[in-house]
Amino acid sequence: MSTAELLSTEVSVDAHANDKPVETVDTVVIRFCGDSGDGMQLAGTQFTNVSAIFGNDVSTLPDFPAEIRAPAGSPFGVSGFQVSFSDHDIFTPGDVVDTLVAMNPAALKTNLGDLKRGGTLIVNSDAFDKSNLSKAGFATNPLEDENYLKGYHVHKVPMTRLNRDAVEGLGLSQREADRCRNFFALGLVFWLYERDATPTIDWLKSKFAKSPTIAEANIRAIKGGQNYGHSTEAFTVHYRVAPAKLPPGEYRKITGNEAVALGLATVAKLAGKTLLYSGYPITPASDILHELSNLKHFGVRTFQAEDEIAAMAATCGAAFAGELAVTASSGPGICLKGEAMGLGMITELPMVIIDVQRGGPSTGLPTKTEQSDLLLAMFGRNGESPLPIVAAATPGDCFTMIQEAFRIAVEFMVPVIFLSDGYIANGAEPWRIPKLSELKPINVQHCDKPNGPEGEYLPYLRNERLARPWAVPGTPGLEHRIGGLEKSDITGHVDYAPPNHEHMTFTRARKVAGIADFIPPQEVEGPETGDLLVISWGGTYGTVRTAVREMGTKGHAVAHCHLRYMNPFPRNLGEILKRYKKVLVPELNRGQLRMLIRSQFLVDAIGFNKIKGKPFLVSELTDRIARVLSGEITSATEPAYTRATYTHAKGEG
Amino acid sequence: MTVDLPVLTPKDFASDQEIRWCPRCGDYSILAQMKKVLPTLGIPREKFMFVSGIGCSSRFPYYMSTYGFHSIHGRAPAVATGIKLTRPDMQVWVITGDGDSLSIGGNHLMHAIRRNLDIKIVLFNNQIYGLTKGQYSPTSPLGARTKSTPYGSVDNPLTPVCVAIGSEATFVARSVDVDINHLTMVLERAARHKGTAFVEVYQDCNVFNNGAFAYVSKKDTKDESAIYLEHGKPLIFGKNRDKGIRVNEGNRPEIVPLGGDIKEDDLLFHDERATEPSLAFLLARMRHPEFPEPMGVFRAVDRPTYDEAVNRQMLDQLETKGPGDLDKLFHAGDTWTVT
Repeated sequence: MSTAELLSTEVSVDAHANDKPVETVDTVVIRFCGDSGDGMQLAGTQFTNVSAIFGNDVSTLPDFPAEIRAPAGSPFGVSGFQVSFSDHDIFTPGDVVDTLVAMNPAALKTNLGDLKRGGTLIVNSDAFDKSNLSKAGFATNPLEDENYLKGYHVHKVPMTRLNRDAVEGLGLSQREADRCRNFFALGLVFWLYERDATPTIDWLKSKFAKSPTIAEANIRAIKGGQNYGHSTEAFTVHYRVAPAKLPPGEYRKITGNEAVALGLATVAKLAGKTLLYSGYPITPASDILHELSNLKHFGVRTFQAEDEIAAMAATCGAAFAGELAVTASSGPGICLKGEAMGLGMITELPMVIIDVQRGGPSTGLPTKTEQSDLLLAMFGRNGESPLPIVAAATPGDCFTMIQEAFRIAVEFMVPVIFLSDGYIANGAEPWRIPKLSELKPINVQHCDKPNGPEGEYLPYLRNERLARPWAVPGTPGLEHRIGGLEKSDITGHVDYAPPNHEHMTFTRARKVAGIADFIPPQEVEGPETGDLLVISWGGTYGTVRTAVREMGTKGHAVAHCHLRYMNPFPRNLGEILKRYKKVLVPELNRGQLRMLIRSQFLVDAIGFNKIKGKPFLVSELTDRIARVLSGEITSATEPAYTRATYTHAKGEG
Repeated sequence: MTVDLPVLTPKDFASDQEIRWCPRCGDYSILAQMKKVLPTLGIPREKFMFVSGIGCSSRFPYYMSTYGFHSIHGRAPAVATGIKLTRPDMQVWVITGDGDSLSIGGNHLMHAIRRNLDIKIVLFNNQIYGLTKGQYSPTSPLGARTKSTPYGSVDNPLTPVCVAIGSEATFVARSVDVDINHLTMVLERAARHKGTAFVEVYQDCNVFNNGAFAYVSKKDTKDESAIYLEHGKPLIFGKNRDKGIRVNEGNRPEIVPLGGDIKEDDLLFHDERATEPSLAFLLARMRHPEFPEPMGVFRAVDRPTYDEAVNRQMLDQLETKGPGDLDKLFHAGDTWTVT
């Protein structure tokens, strides 16, 4: 078959009309990887969309370098997008990869280790030229090295040439033509997994409505890839993953940052107020600003401030002005906001501070995930300054928990910290669209007339929850002054008296502690008593749940407790901890929740800690659970901070 | 239709709090003139908001009976931004000092001004850190001997009005704490300006920097050391009004004697409404003792305000798209049904 025939757009693209044998599998993990300019994030996102619309459960893990365009061809410029799709509900993007698409030698080198034995490897063989091989550090071409590729189903596809042929005649420059290569690869994978490309083709048509040639080129690239799979003898089989049986309802795909933005628009609507979002661009939080700046018709104002401090200060200002106020950042920005968060704390104004955590300290690993800001959220301010903290478990959960954060803020007149992380902020999952009737109300109450016995306004006269009244400036008779100095309870006047300061310090702390009566009790999955309780928080939810379930099916008495309310903890947490012989706290940090659990409940919790900018693998967790159950690992044998397994000479251990 | 507003007096703007500035501090006069100006504006008391940072001047909001926010060091313009964006109906004043606004808060000052946020900024410049007991500030002159510069400051100072003009300010003015009528006039002009109004007030810290501005505040020297700007008028000064400012061929200002060959028409005429800020900047660079220092309004031009633009954009979107529909928002993009 000639290339021209192979790439003819006349060839049927209906995957179901395919005459090659089909193998049915339940879950598949694919990773697209290439140069950061190769469009791998886009290819992965489109594959995810198509699979979600088909009805699979999906879970994704985008993994990209901090540099927008790192030197082409270099290992540190490699960008990857992993997607797992399944015929049942899944919680993780998968430990090992079934099909790896590598667009150049550097991508092959840095990703092949994650491809399972017997997995499918699709490489763009055209990219394995002398220059790219040398940039990736290959002395010889690994595609010609049988040992290197031993144990994999290898497909060396001359994608650059085939793709150029596919888009020929559209008048594109070579550079423009090559930019469609990711869609050629996508088309091939669509064929391999029986995906219907229609949603991607529709997306291309609308995205490039003003440049129909570009749309056409990408569509031809997809079809070229599909036809290649269909026609070449190299691909002898393709795979089918049936739709998943998710709870009934209407679904869409959502990332954590999108869910935060949707949640904030919902908060404004439910509260019947406007919302000011103040932020400074920072990875991985900026998408929230982008999303919200399109939602002005929900009563949303967005303020791109001159710096993180200004964003936090403006948030305090908007809260004092009587409107919903929120800011978002990541670790370095949260550090800068610390002082103004203290101002929000002492003035007892309602607001939400979002921390989309990333690898630290300092600039750290801007595009990689980590859970290392929990203690920053707990203690990262001067003085006695406890703040309520909530943490989302999944991308979709961001929608729910950002509303919870605001609910607590306005009910208790307090700044609330919402913790997300790079993994759930950028990761996507199917989200069951809530019905409006399912949304919980957000009750905002403003004081509209003087509340004092002599017709005066008392800004720190508290209610039974210890919350103070919230006056809207502009209201006659409620003129008052607040500030960062210690103030007298009830009147709010500046007051340095020793007993008053102690009273105010404990009152503010008691108010925050009292939120435990407002939040739902902690739930546990698995046996009510047993040998081991695994406690997790934040974005590790899916992996921990999968691992604990796996151990449960093997007959172990292991339960899982995933925290979403980090401060205060749910009232029943202490009682839950007592029901298990051992407690294990896996975290992507050096043991921050573990420290809180140990200090608050005097429980000898064991830590399991990973700080590599990557999420846990299920297999890492099941292995650790087994070793804790067997008694091989105890809190004494496993102090996280002495576990050194990496040496530069050997590479990653 | 006319709306009857209650007639307010300066007393109506005094809070019940004891004022804790040092005796004879220049701040007292500024507070008094502010209380005099506010009742003349036709704005009800609950529509005023005073925001401050940290420093002696920043205690100001506690002494006013309006809404007030005593925030943190340097951040008052940013706090005010959050307030003004969400409550554009409030008249928002920022009270700050030379350390608060030009050192720790320099960034926020610059950005509030360039956005032309509709706030009034009053910078009490006493060329010293008073609250922390006497360190040099970003406006202290070279050579200033202070607690932190026992051998004299080697830190080149800023001129506040230059910073404001360089930041694209639409209103820039200067006055002196004890020059009661002039200060009242300047504050009122600022209050009535739409956009960021920046007012520098030379304020005497009689404890740590006594008499720093005596040359423009004392009767016997001020006529020779200050020049009062009036829109459309030539720049004349001196006890006998016999000196003027002329711009020479090198585009530099120079002091010239009036009478003789030089007529008023030869002098520089003040144009506070000039589109280009070059003239205002030239005036702002005139410093004592080489020149008399200009007092009054350097610049007053119109430009759309940031708060208005932000709010208009929100309202435009509301009008074009209609009030946000959550159900529609949730369903945006591809959806599928599981039965």
